[in-house]
Amino acid sequence: MFDWFAVIGRNTVDFLARLGAEFLLFLQTVKGFYALIWRPSLVIQQLFSIGVRSMLIIIVSGFFVGMVLGLQGYNTLVDFGAEESLGVMVALSLVRELGPVVTALLFAGRAGSALTAEIGLMKATEQLSGLEMMAINPVERILAPRLLAGIISMPLLAAMFSSVGIFGGYLVGVDLLGVDTGSYWSQMQSNVDFHKDIVNGVIKSAVFGVVVTWIAIYEGYTCLPTSEGVSRSTTRTVVYSALTVLGLDFLLTAIML
Amino acid sequence: MSVNDNNLVRIRDLHFSRGRSKIFDGIDITIPKGKITAIMGPSGTGKTTLLKLIGGQLKPQKGSIQFHGEEIPTMKTKKLYEARKKMGMLFQSGALLTDMSVFDNIAFPLREHTDLPEVMIRDLVLMKLQAVGLRGARDLRPSQLSGGMARRVAFARAIALDPEMVMFDEPFTGQDPISMGVLVQLIRSMNDSLGLTSVIVSHDIQETLAIADKIYIISQGKIMGHGSPEQMNQSESPWISQFVHGDADGPVRFHYQACPYKEDLMAECHLEL
Repeated sequence: MFDWFAVIGRNTVDFLARLGAEFLLFLQTVKGFYALIWRPSLVIQQLFSIGVRSMLIIIVSGFFVGMVLGLQGYNTLVDFGAEESLGVMVALSLVRELGPVVTALLFAGRAGSALTAEIGLMKATEQLSGLEMMAINPVERILAPRLLAGIISMPLLAAMFSSVGIFGGYLVGVDLLGVDTGSYWSQMQSNVDFHKDIVNGVIKSAVFGVVVTWIAIYEGYTCLPTSEGVSRSTTRTVVYSALTVLGLDFLLTAIML
Repeated sequence: MSVNDNNLVRIRDLHFSRGRSKIFDGIDITIPKGKITAIMGPSGTGKTTLLKLIGGQLKPQKGSIQFHGEEIPTMKTKKLYEARKKMGMLFQSGALLTDMSVFDNIAFPLREHTDLPEVMIRDLVLMKLQAVGLRGARDLRPSQLSGGMARRVAFARAIALDPEMVMFDEPFTGQDPISMGVLVQLIRSMNDSLGLTSVIVSHDIQETLAIADKIYIISQGKIMGHGSPEQMNQSESPWISQFVHGDADGPVRFHYQACPYKEDLMAECHLEL
């Protein structure tokens, strides 16, 4: 009986200690942004490897998601004679939900896993220890530029996803199924609100950017320095990121509506 | 405690544990300036941990570690980083940054810590590479280097900031005889020509005895013996003799602790292992 209490207590203390350590490391990393003002090249390098290299998967996925939305939306709206609203339906679905969420999931799979594996392997091959012994703080030199690049990249990638998706919806809806071009764009223009829809979407994607990049970095930095440890951390990055993004999406949507 | 000018590092009554396992149980080590000090012992005795304690990457539970008379464990981060600039460390794996060329790896600490113009950094890097015989390999990536070459590059990087002390973590492990010979000769010659203080952690007896000025042998958290290579070779302590001569059985048993063989085979073993 008392063993159970001990187990629960120990696990709770471990969990809180881990949470505290994670938060402290996060603060140290954010503090490291300050030093990046004089070394923007470190962030630019990471913007390339985290952001630019994720563009292909984001653009292709956005295009197909937009086409599916166009197809499904048309088939539903046409029953009510409301196919002119296809543009606004595609745009709102993408800008408010699918853009930030699907981009974050793809970003976790593409850039998050790569970040964890990279930092984890740096740890396993003693590169992080090597930096420390060269009097270089790995939190400032390795973690901070990656976190900042992730935070900058995510909203931009989500915007690309939504833009390409709207174009995909246009191709299917207008060019293939015959919805009127003017209706597609004008309905979208008049019904998509800048603050309520676009800004909220950007806020969501920025929050997801922080969360996904941080999970990836933390998992890499704290992984067991073995091949199995790196592999487990990489898997955890994708799983934790996906669950956190979906959970947070509900929370943010509830707050924003 | 007064600072002895001839000693760069003084370790006193060092206690360090990981969980329940005790790694160091009150050890004293003195590392004299300008000499090569070897820390030896069987695998898993905490030799690498000792280097990490000296470098301030780990903190002991009790005891003192002084570098230049200043306590490493209680140092503030900024001061610790300043102290680390005076220490170079050569990791067992080399720990070279894999996304950079050999040249950039050696230039890395110079670019991070100095405002030297690129022309001067180039000259300094070439000088360090020339010293380790790898000036021609400057454009190679770490993945293109052999194990021995990687360690020589790591050595060049460790001395890039002209430190006072270089710590070598198992520098000879896994090296072919030629690479081993090159490393042995390089450590000795660099120590003497640059006026370095070297600390070598190793269990390669012959190579280490050949170049060390002073040897500490550690096991089970204690110093089993210390002295010059000759003293260690002639030691009458059965434990040191077994370690130095590599005998399979002795005070360190060949068999891991177990209940009698017969009882074990008859499934009558009651010993809690």
